[in-house]
Amino acid sequence: MRTRLLHLLSLTLMLAVAAPVMAQDNPPTLPEPPKEKLWDWDENDPRIGLRAGLHDAGEASKGVTLLASMPKPEGFRDAQRTGGSVSNTDLAFQGGMAFVGNYRGFNIYDVSDPKSPKLKTSVVCPGGQGDISVYGDLLFMSVQETRGRLDCGTQGVEAPVSDERFRGVRIFNISDIGSPAQVAAVQTCRGSHTHTVVSDPNDAENVYVYVQGTSRVRPAEELAGCSAAQDPDEDPNTSYFRIEVIKVPLAAPEMSEIVNMPRIFEQDGDLGGLWKGGDHGPGTQSSRRTNQCHDITAFPAVGLAAGACSGNGILLDITDPANPVRIEEVVDPNFAYWHSATFNNDGTTVIFTDEWGGGGQPRCTSEDPPTWGANAIFDLVDGKLKLRGYYKLPVPQTDTENCVAHNGSIIPIPGRDIKAQAWYQGGMSIFDFTDPENAFEIGFFDRGPISDTVLVSGGYWSTYWHNGQLFGAEIARGFDIFELEPSEHLSANEIAAAKLVSMRDFNAQEQPLLEWPAVPVVARAYMDQLVRADAVSGDWVSRVNAALDTNQAEELAAAAYTLEMAALSSLASGKSRNADRIRVRLAKVLREMSE
Amino acid sequence: MMTAREIPYTDADVHFMQGMIGHHAQALDMTALIADRTNRQDLALLGQRIEISQRAEIELMQKWLRDRGEDIPEATALHMMSGHVAAMPGMLSPEQMTQLTASGGDEFYRLWLEFMIQHHQGAITMVGELLSSEGGAQETDIFKFADAVEEDQSMEIQRMQQMLARLR
Repeated sequence: MRTRLLHLLSLTLMLAVAAPVMAQDNPPTLPEPPKEKLWDWDENDPRIGLRAGLHDAGEASKGVTLLASMPKPEGFRDAQRTGGSVSNTDLAFQGGMAFVGNYRGFNIYDVSDPKSPKLKTSVVCPGGQGDISVYGDLLFMSVQETRGRLDCGTQGVEAPVSDERFRGVRIFNISDIGSPAQVAAVQTCRGSHTHTVVSDPNDAENVYVYVQGTSRVRPAEELAGCSAAQDPDEDPNTSYFRIEVIKVPLAAPEMSEIVNMPRIFEQDGDLGGLWKGGDHGPGTQSSRRTNQCHDITAFPAVGLAAGACSGNGILLDITDPANPVRIEEVVDPNFAYWHSATFNNDGTTVIFTDEWGGGGQPRCTSEDPPTWGANAIFDLVDGKLKLRGYYKLPVPQTDTENCVAHNGSIIPIPGRDIKAQAWYQGGMSIFDFTDPENAFEIGFFDRGPISDTVLVSGGYWSTYWHNGQLFGAEIARGFDIFELEPSEHLSANEIAAAKLVSMRDFNAQEQPLLEWPAVPVVARAYMDQLVRADAVSGDWVSRVNAALDTNQAEELAAAAYTLEMAALSSLASGKSRNADRIRVRLAKVLREMSE
Repeated sequence: MMTAREIPYTDADVHFMQGMIGHHAQALDMTALIADRTNRQDLALLGQRIEISQRAEIELMQKWLRDRGEDIPEATALHMMSGHVAAMPGMLSPEQMTQLTASGGDEFYRLWLEFMIQHHQGAITMVGELLSSEGGAQETDIFKFADAVEEDQSMEIQRMQQMLARLR
């Protein structure tokens, strides 16, 4: 009723514009659209009904323990720097150091003792989003806002056109962790929302950075060659419909420059031909025309990158990293905005996330569809992406919690595909997608909303595994470290095997190939999986365990042989399943140990 | 009430946010007309999407102004009756609104799209003006918002132009 009256009034009285009325005490309200419960969940889930609060919110967890929680440091939380200007963003790692990006700069934590992390260095250098990657002595940082300055100053840039402005990718030398120094700053037309470090397995002297700009195009007066033409028909040199590729000579990073601006959305001669925008029919999501990638995840070991690009998920051949070539693309009727991608370690499955609502909206409530704002899980079959299923945070959040699928990484459990993923104020959800048609949650950590009366932007931007622990960059609250705990879904052996994987640099956007040594705990992890699948007898497991304990080569080889025969027999009968895959892996470990 | 801010927002920022609330409110007036005047499903869907996004953005603008202790205009187009403030770019004139209200069927469909394109182009003009003003949209939150308005409405314009082209 009220709506109709309002419209009638506004039509009758007609319009000019805002003569502001003081409405501070009685803010105007808008009628709410109708809502209904759309899916089912466990009513006893401890994440329901958690107390609200910034630093005293209720917490619930399963399968993880919070080891340490570091509030945002001075300079990244002050009252005069409100809202998004001090949001924590993406994470990167190097050895025992964690790099936490922030719209206002970045912070480096020493996490070598995960129970007692120490803030090593704070670098103030605003410009948003401040997504971070590291590679050797270099740190890369995305800058998109017009306030960004070449000199890292905090005062912004007042002039609409200025040579003091910086939008693009900053490069810092971090060889002295206590005082990172900016050594290069590569300007781009749309700035850098995110970026992807891509190393070349055949070239140790250079590294590449793919730049994903999603923001407005700057004037050509500020950066020559920039063109804000929304349609390639208006201007074939438009700064939309491309990514930029920066080549970084590791010995001389100050020489970094854009070497390519590939038109990866070209289709039938149309630079913007991949997806023209719109929906997929009644009841489907609407997505915008594909003129950008939000994020690209490279997996150099398999020569592929997966791009989450507005209205499309795409695959790029990156065997020549300077010249990525699109080889596959998909749309999905449930996706509003293709946001990020994660491969499984075999490179046979790709998860794409949908950031429906852009991250600032509550999209995990009981009224939101379980296939919207979710992950879509695809198998990669002969170079083609085949949709297998969806995964969404399986518990409803309140309407004062911004929540949608966001960034995560693989937990290196051998034999299984497991991801720890951030859902903003939906917390961290750890799920198994070994069977892409039946992904399921195996652990979580969640806090109550920051406020239960208004939506205050917060929650996890990223939750990643690195060298034994899980880490979370919380937008409003700070930086958290977790220990993975054994549960019905995960054995102590599997966790111990995951902890054997160690790497120097970790950037979630450049996936490393995970490899496990042939040692007893890895074999035991596989055996736990076979027991869980009811694929071996307890008796057999006891015998192999005894052989592992005493390192009896002959017994181990015999066990490997039994496993291989079982797998072969499944293959012959056409009934191969996941357990056979595990049998083969276990056999390989046992054989290596027996030799 | 106001705290010292690292980057002071400008009068242009406030004017943009206040003006855009009235601007968005008029879009809601337009989407409310659809149900009674056409049974074309594509327009109903588009109207629904515009309504949801503009409604959410009005709330965001109200919050931005509230957080800064600035005046919050009513989320309707009717406060413009005072007449001493110029209309925002692209807003429908009273005559256009009357014309749209009185129309139906294919004529309504065509007029609605034409007027919403005009309306959206006005919003993009407002973003352009804000970004080319001294110190405009330097704050993170308003930059992000202005950026989103420009991107979303450019895309919707392309969409509406396609719908119009199919009508002809």
